Amino acid sequence: MNSKVRTLAEAMEMIHDGQTIMISGFTFAGTPEILIDGIIEKGVKDLHLITNDTGTAEFGIGKLVVNKLVKKIQTSHIGLNKEAGRQMTAGELDVELIPQGTIAERIRVAGAGLGGFLTPTGVGTIVEEGKQKLNINGKDYLLELPLRAEVALIKAYKADKYGNCTYRRAARNFNPLMATAADFVIVAAEEIVEFGAIDPELVFTPGIMVDMVVQA
Amino acid sequence: MIAKRISEYFKEGDLGNLGIGLPTLVANYLPPEKNVLLHSENGFIGIGPTPEAGAEDKDMVNAGGHPVELVPGGACFDSGFSFLLARGGHVDITVLGALEVSEKGDLANWMIPGVMVPGMGGAMDLVVGAKKVIIAMEHTTKKGEPKILKECVLPLTALGVVKHIVTELGVMDVTPEGIVLRELAPGVTVEEIQEKTGATLIIPEQIGNMVH
Repeated sequence: MNSKVRTLAEAMEMIHDGQTIMISGFTFAGTPEILIDGIIEKGVKDLHLITNDTGTAEFGIGKLVVNKLVKKIQTSHIGLNKEAGRQMTAGELDVELIPQGTIAERIRVAGAGLGGFLTPTGVGTIVEEGKQKLNINGKDYLLELPLRAEVALIKAYKADKYGNCTYRRAARNFNPLMATAADFVIVAAEEIVEFGAIDPELVFTPGIMVDMVVQA
Repeated sequence: MIAKRISEYFKEGDLGNLGIGLPTLVANYLPPEKNVLLHSENGFIGIGPTPEAGAEDKDMVNAGGHPVELVPGGACFDSGFSFLLARGGHVDITVLGALEVSEKGDLANWMIPGVMVPGMGGAMDLVVGAKKVIIAMEHTTKKGEPKILKECVLPLTALGVVKHIVTELGVMDVTPEGIVLRELAPGVTVEEIQEKTGATLIIPEQIGNMVH
């Protein structure tokens, strides 16, 4: 097996202005901080992000917002990052708020090759605006469509050199989903181990999904 | 008092989800012998206490980002599975705060246009899927205006999902006929709770006492 281990600089060659990028993490766990710092250092602009939340002004995805590298974000929560709220109110940042379970499932169905799914979440709220509503066996559902990205940035607890990944505790969150739904997948791993060193039962992202592994 | 009262709704072996703020306090009143497990929508079952300073695990935070312990017998999973649990009826009770609740059980708790737009997070999924949604809140706004209304004015979180409302004044059930007053807090009269409620309460012959 060829090693997919690369330097941060090599990984950043894949990041460009205007790209659609999924970044995993939930508040303070499971976020690929080193890749976020790499993007800030590179200074790309007009990014379209797909995330669970916007972290805080000092941590995680929020730093990309604070550094004004983001044009649009599809996310479920911006409440811990005042700058994200300010940019949204000022019209500087295009924010689409999506229910958390819907964002997770939209990513999952994209990775699974499905055309969408029906969810009761958001029926009768502003979330249903512009969406098809279907009544199945007497209950209303919204048709939600797949959500893909050009690049996914993943944080693993351990990855082997081929990209098999395992995660830990609440740091798994969106990682296994996002790794399935992007054209190019970059993993930042806390520990990089030899090919095959991770118990196959604990591999939540098979290496075939992964294009690059960077030491976190 | 609100948190303690809500803890009594939990049965042996229930899976619960507690929102941020007042709902989180319910955990303090859940007796260990009930074996209630708590779901954290960021990806695990088995929220434990806050770890001692210095003993925090960077990978163990609750949905609000605060360090927590994982109880023995806990389970970790990804966000897709976490919301399978939420939407799929696997969570027995979800407890949340509210900005407004209507007499039909409609809930508004995620935004005040132009004032507070943090995002709905997992709230919309949790309330449509839980077997029972219980609202823990102050009975009125800080200005003293009713939060229990005939119709919600603020943007909705979901339609017709609320089952019980517990406030510092009493306990109410949302029924197809309207909101039924079940219990009054010590010293509170029917007239007082009705005056502070924007919908007509159904008053049964027997009204219980909300325990301290």
